[in-house]
Amino acid sequence: MDSPILQAKNLTKIYGQNVIFQDISLDVYRGETIVIIGPSGTGKSTLLRCMNLLTPIDSGKIFLNGKEITARDANEDKVRQQIGMVFQNFLLFNHLTAFDNVMIGLSKVKKMPKAQAREKALYELNRVGLSDRADHYPGQLSGGQLQRVGIARALAMDPSVMLFDEPTSALDPELIGEVLGVMETLSREHMTMLVVTHEMGFAREVANRIVFMEKGSIVEQGAPDDLFYRPQHERTREFLWKITELYGKKEEKS
Amino acid sequence: MLSNFLSYIFQGISITIAVTLVALPAGLVLGLGLALVNTYGGVWLKRLSALYSLLMRGVPPVVLLFILYFILSGNLVNLTPFWAGSVSLGVISSAYQMEILRGALLSISGGQMVAARAIGMSRLQAIQHIILPQALRIAIPPWSNEASIVLKDSSLVYALGVPEILRRAQQLSATTQQPLLAFGAAALIYFVLVFFVNRGLDVLAKKTRLPTQHA
Ligand SMILES: Nc1ncnc2c1ncn2[C@@H]1O[C@H](COP(=O)(O)OP(=O)(O)O)[C@@H](O)[C@H]1O
Ligand SMILES: [Mg+2]
Repeated sequence: MDSPILQAKNLTKIYGQNVIFQDISLDVYRGETIVIIGPSGTGKSTLLRCMNLLTPIDSGKIFLNGKEITARDANEDKVRQQIGMVFQNFLLFNHLTAFDNVMIGLSKVKKMPKAQAREKALYELNRVGLSDRADHYPGQLSGGQLQRVGIARALAMDPSVMLFDEPTSALDPELIGEVLGVMETLSREHMTMLVVTHEMGFAREVANRIVFMEKGSIVEQGAPDDLFYRPQHERTREFLWKITELYGKKEEKS
Repeated sequence: MLSNFLSYIFQGISITIAVTLVALPAGLVLGLGLALVNTYGGVWLKRLSALYSLLMRGVPPVVLLFILYFILSGNLVNLTPFWAGSVSLGVISSAYQMEILRGALLSISGGQMVAARAIGMSRLQAIQHIILPQALRIAIPPWSNEASIVLKDSSLVYALGVPEILRRAQQLSATTQQPLLAFGAAALIYFVLVFFVNRGLDVLAKKTRLPTQHA
């Protein structure tokens, strides 16, 4: 394998007196799909937000394509163009249609010529199966559609890495599949992805690597089969047992 | 006789409108700047703009008008009563418009800024392309209210001798000894102007309203 596309080295994040995570290191390689699992309040969201500099870290370094993006002179806006992010609560721009949500980054951030931006936006909407909803406003879309627009918006910037923060947690069960489907296709197309999710089926089938985080540190990581069937740590075992208890029934039904 | 009477008051309409058309946009530009500084600025900018708002809104408009008028038509700057009065009204209104816009900016959820930054927008780009278009929509109804207040307060410049509607009504009342007719006509004109301003802004609010599933 070549060098990591995204690399976190000894990251520490502190909010006031609370150490959210300490000394976390993670290498993400090109084309990999990494799923991060762990109890809530463990710092998974914070870690993702630190990765694209939405939240400043307190110590450590982050590298993107070998360049340190936490360096003082790094251009944060440029960095974020290269790291796509998909949010638990979608966060679409409420005053823009699905189409304009995808296009605005192209025209205002990338300063792409209008015709080219339109073509690209349509292509990305099509990719998530929503070209027929292009002129709908967020208020007129279902949760699953909102999230797929969110994915298209991030993809439009041609990022090197995509971060997903519990992309299906806010969705009704029957809408989860359409979003996971899009993500699975992306993974097959070798998009580099870092996904926080409780969807164990997705983790087992799609991930190349699973990272188990608890109380602000990485307890264990490895291939899905190793982690699910031969976990090395008691805490991993316990968490997996709890989560299948909680979500397993739902998966069996669908 | 009556038609002469009315036409004299009517000639004030254009001046009233002109005063409003100077004061309202001036207050908007200043108020928007203050609202942005107060919402997104550093600690000191926040404090200064809050203090400005507190002072401006804590004093009767007519008192401020006199103070500002004497500054704007003094030795340093020397504007005509029309310009000094109109600009003064704009400055007074800016504090109220600042509060309206500040409320609208704060009502946009923080997630919108986060999402904008996440696709690589700078703070300024996010404010320009994402936050403001949503905040301004929300601000239209309260702004419509402020617009009618400024229109009505434009009558205050009569005290500076600007021949707008109220000034003319007062003159007629004195010369014709028909105060009820003179001030009644003025009241009616203000009412009609305010009515159309509010109606126009209602239409704007409806036109720019975002569609939702349940509308
Ligand atoms: N902006 C913030 N200020 C203070 N504490 C925060 C903030 N954001 C998150 N936290 C705290 O950090 C911890 C980890 O949160 P989070 O990263 O959301 O965990 P997870 O995504 O794993 O559920 C929580 O205890 C949370 O209360
Ligand atoms: Mg989270």
